[in-house]
Amino acid sequence: MIKLACRNLWKVYGRRPGVYFDTAGYRIDPPALARRLRDERHIPAAADVSFEVEEGEIFIIMGLSGSGKSTVIRCLSRLIDATAGEILLDGQDLLAASPKELIQIRRHRIGMVFQNFGLLPHLTVRENVAFPLKTQGVALAKRHARADEMIRLVGLDGREDAYPRQLSGGQQQRVGIARSLAVQPELWFLDEPFSALDPLIRRQLQDEFLRLQRQLRKTVVFVTHDVLEAVRLAHRIAIMKDGFIVQVGTPQEIVLNPADDYVAQFVADVPIARVQYAADILEPLPSPGDHPNARPVVAASANLEQVMESLGNDFSAATVADTDGRPVGIVTLNRILQILGRRGGTPSGRGQLPGGHMKVVS
Amino acid sequence: MAENPAPFLLLGAAVILAILARSLVPWMAAYPADWVMPLSHWTGAAMAAFVDVSKPFFRVVSLVLTWPLDLLQQLLTWVPAPVFILLSALIAWQAAGWRSLMLTLFTLLYIWVAGYWTQSMNTLSLVSIAILLAAVIGFGFGVWAYRNFTVRSILDPVLDLMQTIPTFAYLIPILLLFGFGPVVGLIASAVFAAPPMVRNTLLGLQRVPSDIREAGLICGCAPGQQFWWVDVPSAMPQLKLGINQTTMAAFAMIIISAIIGGFNDIGWEVLSNIRRANFGDSILSGLVIALLAMSLDRITLGLAGQSDAAQGGGPQGGAVQAHRLSRRDFLFAAIGAVMLGAICSLLMTRLSITPQGRLMGLSESINAGLAYVTSTYAVFLNGLKASLLYFAILPVKIGLERVVTPFSWGFALTPPVIAAYWTLLAAAALAAARYRSMTAGTAIFVIGCFLYVGTTGMPWLAVVILVTACAYRCGGWPVAIFALVSQVFILLAGQWQQAMISVYLCASAVTLSIVIGVALGIWGAASDGASAVLRQVNDTLQTIPQFVFLIPVLMFFGVGDFTGLLAIILYAVVPAIRYTEHGLRQVPAAQIEAATAMGCTRSQILWQVKLPNAFPEILLGINQTILFAMGMLVIASLVGTDGLGQQIYIGLGKNDPGMGVIAGLSLALIGMIADRILRAAAANRKTALGIV
Ligand SMILES: Nc1ncnc2c1ncn2[C@@H]1O[C@H](COP(=O)(O)OP(=O)(O)OP(=O)(O)O)[C@@H](O)[C@H]1O
Ligand SMILES: [Mg+2]
Repeated sequence: MIKLACRNLWKVYGRRPGVYFDTAGYRIDPPALARRLRDERHIPAAADVSFEVEEGEIFIIMGLSGSGKSTVIRCLSRLIDATAGEILLDGQDLLAASPKELIQIRRHRIGMVFQNFGLLPHLTVRENVAFPLKTQGVALAKRHARADEMIRLVGLDGREDAYPRQLSGGQQQRVGIARSLAVQPELWFLDEPFSALDPLIRRQLQDEFLRLQRQLRKTVVFVTHDVLEAVRLAHRIAIMKDGFIVQVGTPQEIVLNPADDYVAQFVADVPIARVQYAADILEPLPSPGDHPNARPVVAASANLEQVMESLGNDFSAATVADTDGRPVGIVTLNRILQILGRRGGTPSGRGQLPGGHMKVVS
Repeated sequence: MAENPAPFLLLGAAVILAILARSLVPWMAAYPADWVMPLSHWTGAAMAAFVDVSKPFFRVVSLVLTWPLDLLQQLLTWVPAPVFILLSALIAWQAAGWRSLMLTLFTLLYIWVAGYWTQSMNTLSLVSIAILLAAVIGFGFGVWAYRNFTVRSILDPVLDLMQTIPTFAYLIPILLLFGFGPVVGLIASAVFAAPPMVRNTLLGLQRVPSDIREAGLICGCAPGQQFWWVDVPSAMPQLKLGINQTTMAAFAMIIISAIIGGFNDIGWEVLSNIRRANFGDSILSGLVIALLAMSLDRITLGLAGQSDAAQGGGPQGGAVQAHRLSRRDFLFAAIGAVMLGAICSLLMTRLSITPQGRLMGLSESINAGLAYVTSTYAVFLNGLKASLLYFAILPVKIGLERVVTPFSWGFALTPPVIAAYWTLLAAAALAAARYRSMTAGTAIFVIGCFLYVGTTGMPWLAVVILVTACAYRCGGWPVAIFALVSQVFILLAGQWQQAMISVYLCASAVTLSIVIGVALGIWGAASDGASAVLRQVNDTLQTIPQFVFLIPVLMFFGVGDFTGLLAIILYAVVPAIRYTEHGLRQVPAAQIEAATAMGCTRSQILWQVKLPNAFPEILLGINQTILFAMGMLVIASLVGTDGLGQQIYIGLGKNDPGMGVIAGLSLALIGMIADRILRAAAANRKTALGIV
């Protein structure tokens, strides 16, 4: 089911952005309109952005700095008002919501995590997490109980009475996450939540995020400029450039079939082994007399990196098991190496060693 | 150096022409009286008309304010001294720690023992209410300006003007509207002290990080919740800083207004002691003001999150005050302090111990000591005064052409001497123009001209042209037009002659302040120990209300320009020191290392690397120094200096409000011209150095 839809969304900064959208004509040729806007000293921060997010999906918006990611996510939460287009939440037009309705929507249905945490410096951890409940008028004892529960969920118990400035960056972002979840929102927005953290902590919080998401199954819109992070977390990724979305797809689609050079360069650092899964290169089980247990067993959803790890130096093939543990086929080292060598044929075609951990700097 | 020399030559020629034309064309020498518009008269009339209409309203306000003021005064004078002392000490400790506690304790004990308790309590109650008023008004305007762009753009220049207009000028309209009495001081302080609060409120709200603001919105804050739960608390450190500045401003102003509408308070006490030439007592009472100001500063800074321990380091407002009591414990401690104090005071009445009057003899000893020093070192003091007068101050005021006599300089200004002077000047100017820049050459030449005819002797037309040209050179047309219009205003208002006297006083004071300040700043930048000492001295000088500076100078040098000058320097030297040190310390280490690697000596590094780099910062310091000097000018007029300051004072005394206000405005305009020019110059230098 489609939870959130965004149709032909424009956000234009400048002196008089409204005049360009008076008539429906702006729909006809968006790139031309964007060029005209730029020529006339306007900034189309988001241009003709359309996508749909399924319920329970992790949808990631990715792009270089200034490509309009924050603009889009802020339009979705209506922290800024879109210039044109529509945003549908469960089929209801968000842009038409009155200020009162908007406050209600934010109080009950939306949670958001910010790059610089956005914690209120004068409140303790507990008070910060309870703050969204306070605005709704929830009684003190009740909201603090709920806050403590959230704090436990993100593993910060014991620090309830600390002030934000007494916490490390990673801890502060945990507070931000706890706060965004305190009202049990349906929609969870995260704007570069881990960008301000160092790599180790980032990794840790990504795991934490996945764990929480498995548990809570929110509909997530997540902004990042880190490709590896996107590939790791996303169900689907949208890649933005100069306000436009240039490609939407699963990590695999994007890495293997980049729509243009820009995307190809963007994903050049992603090891293919990360977006290819055992299920994708399944070969039939050898003859019945075979002993599946003589090989390591991997899940069908494991990516090739994980498969290679299981193979180690000793094996040249692994048995693939489905979720019930039944063997459904095998993957062989030969086939894996063949796949990994394939990048040479893709547009940006630079040879890549698997596991090259380079971040796209934006 | 490919500058077109024509404009510069033209400028020099214009100045020379004007100087030569002085004796021939009478309107050149002095601005003719019948070209003056009766601006001050009109202002006076307009003010009178306004007062007639609005007096009832303002009198009601005044009455309404009298009521809480009286109440607080009665309360504070009723509370036994020991109770007040202990409670204040506790608050000081809670706010800012041990050093603050010691300072407050010492201050109050001193006040008690020296016998200024009632006066101080009266002053304190006035200050408290003034601060409250100023804070509320300032906060209101700050929020309004934050919300409304139009208001902001109107308020900004108004605040600028309010902070440049000399404090005395405020008193005039307020005196008219509210009549005499303590309330005048109260309102004047509130008006004077509100601008810093407005500024800080606006700044604080503007600086709330967008992340925090957005977080508030996403958490579902309604507009009111967003303001009180998110914006205001996030801006709190800045707001508290505003309270600190407001407190200091209100305090300084109360003292000043006490000079006029004085009643039984500490400002009045000091002033009447000065007037009676009782220096012992004026020192003792001046000390009360200084100490009170320092304690208040400490406490309010502490509340703003800058405790003794955290000062000079740590993120603003981020200092965790480990010693602080929880609210409940503090309440208990407060009750304890009150009880202890009450017991003390009961015991003291029982045993009839009175601390007052223990310092009786001190005042006489100070007077005696002073008499001894002044008579013993009379030769030295007078020599110092005379040499500074003849060789530095008077040339700036009336020019070498009138100062250089056989009596003062040992030789007369015969034609050959004059010729030599001009030849040397021209040579120096040409050399500078050749080897540095046209601007430098012109500057040297112009300064030489000024020294020759004196600030007051320079034809007004030449001054107008020079200042406007300088403004254009530094800041382009906007600044030039502002400078021109302001000067025309001063001319039309008939304040030119007075203005030039003020300019001369300011210029001499500022020059000396800069020389002293930059030297000290260099010293402070070179040694951490010196820096620490200087910081203490600066902090102290900056917190002490301006007119306390008059006392020590007055004691040694009597009334006159010289005394005024010294008082101004004492006050205005602070920013020169601060900015120089800051600018020097800010020079990138890489540059110094590079210079060292190239084999520069220490003095080469100082002169050729550090000072040029720190120059923009130093310019800003000079700017501050000028503004400080302007502010002090009016106060210095209390000790007999002439100029606009004196005009304001006369306006107050003679009940000629129009003149007082116009003189105040003129002074403010001069300050603003200097400010605009220097700021533009600093910005130019910064861009040239690529610092921005
Ligand atoms: N308030 C504003 N006024 C004018 N232009 C703006 C404003 N906010 C954003 N922009 C412009 O819109 C464009 C997109 O900005 P946005 O913040 O969405 O980028 P981003 O993709 O989030 O980048 P980053 O990774 O740096 O956060 C940028 O060119 C930016 O300069
Ligand atoms: Mg962004």
